[in-house]
Amino acid sequence: MIRPLAFLQNHPHCLERVYRFTLAVFRRARPLLARVGYDRAARVLVPVERLTKGAIFGCQMCGQCTLHATGMTCPMTCPKNLRNGPCGGVRANGHCEVIPEMPCVWVQAYERSRHMPLYGHEILLIQPPLDRRLADTSAWINAITGRAEDTGIVWNADD
Amino acid sequence: MTEMRAGSRLERVLRSGRFAVTAELNPVDSADPEAVYERALVLAEVCDAINVTDAAGAYVHMSSIATCALLVRAGYEPVLQMTCRDRNRIALQGDLLGAAALGIRNVLCLTGDDVTVGDQPQAKRVFDLDSIQLLRMARIMRDKGVFLSGRPLEVRPRLFLGAASNPFAPPFDFRPLRLAKKVDAGADFIQTQLCFDVERFRRFMAQVRDMGLHERVFILVGVGPLRSVKSAEYMRTRVPGVYIPDEIVERLRKAGGPKQQREEGKRICVEIIQQVKEIPGVAGVHVMAFRQEHLVAEVVEEAGLLPRRHAQQTPGASPPSPSPA
Repeated sequence: MIRPLAFLQNHPHCLERVYRFTLAVFRRARPLLARVGYDRAARVLVPVERLTKGAIFGCQMCGQCTLHATGMTCPMTCPKNLRNGPCGGVRANGHCEVIPEMPCVWVQAYERSRHMPLYGHEILLIQPPLDRRLADTSAWINAITGRAEDTGIVWNADD
Repeated sequence: MTEMRAGSRLERVLRSGRFAVTAELNPVDSADPEAVYERALVLAEVCDAINVTDAAGAYVHMSSIATCALLVRAGYEPVLQMTCRDRNRIALQGDLLGAAALGIRNVLCLTGDDVTVGDQPQAKRVFDLDSIQLLRMARIMRDKGVFLSGRPLEVRPRLFLGAASNPFAPPFDFRPLRLAKKVDAGADFIQTQLCFDVERFRRFMAQVRDMGLHERVFILVGVGPLRSVKSAEYMRTRVPGVYIPDEIVERLRKAGGPKQQREEGKRICVEIIQQVKEIPGVAGVHVMAFRQEHLVAEVVEEAGLLPRRHAQQTPGASPPSPSPA
């Protein structure tokens, strides 16, 4: 995938502010989006998301964006799609087990998370399994409607 | 760490505070159960539990769950290795239940080597879940008695849940944090990747102790004898996640011929066992000797870890009875 804006990932502290801002804007815009209809809004937002997040992060449109919790590095670009950290196969030079010429997504994610005062600590959170039905839907809409979190599974092991 | 999760032999050994020994068995390329028993027999007398790999390196062999079931039938204590590479969450949940029903009490939850490193790179990789999600799912089934969907189980799978850790691969600072995530997800025990760099492991364990993780999880260090310079070179370049320092390879090279190299490899392994045994927070060792199971016995003996009377029951000369142990 061609990622013309990938260099922005090396400024994770800026990106996390953009994330916070974007989230706030979408939360405010929720009533408006609801009135327009989420389906209709998605027709515009999905291509926008694909274009912007694709150009920067190599977004795979999983529909459940965790970028802020993964060092502003898309975990879906890991060949194993790992969402909770690096596998044991990372090479001594920090490159991927599967694609030797590619730096490990999680080596980069951890490094970047350390330069993220706002959300960096969230890399320690356990990310739940993906809801595969949300592929190719708008992560922004899924975030404000709560659909991204409410995937209909039992995930809390305590209580 | 006193409450029994599954009551497996491995769990009892660990909770009693005894230094545990597990060993790896690579399943056979055969439909004959005798081949499995033959391979297990060498290991059973020198370890507390036998890990059965799940198409390690993405090379297919007899399935892990079937091999484990055969081991249970023969009175051995298996650790079922389960990877996310080949099965989605529906298959994994079914296998967890089935494993418990077959008498398997220990499960090691892994991500799995990628299909591209094996001999069938044409295959589709699954990775519906990752290892931490698999762990949490198994714990939800065991502790809450439900499937991921919330549908209740009639009988919960009593499983002692394990996870892997590789302190020897980057990002080094993140490795203890990832271990913490695995403990939070539900790991009762940890088996590490092969350790050839004791200093690196010492630093890792210092961080683990700082976080108090050694009090929440049993940590078994991966060790293994290197057969020769050639096999060391193969492992460091071809086996994902194995790091062998130059000094070790150099030591093997200086040893001389094939026989001396084999002895030196064993000696290195024994030394590493003796060193890691003294590191606070280490609960045991996990011996991996790919396709040289007989070497495991020698290593365990020379490291002074025998006898393991409490360990496996030795089956008689006759083939094991088909009724479950």
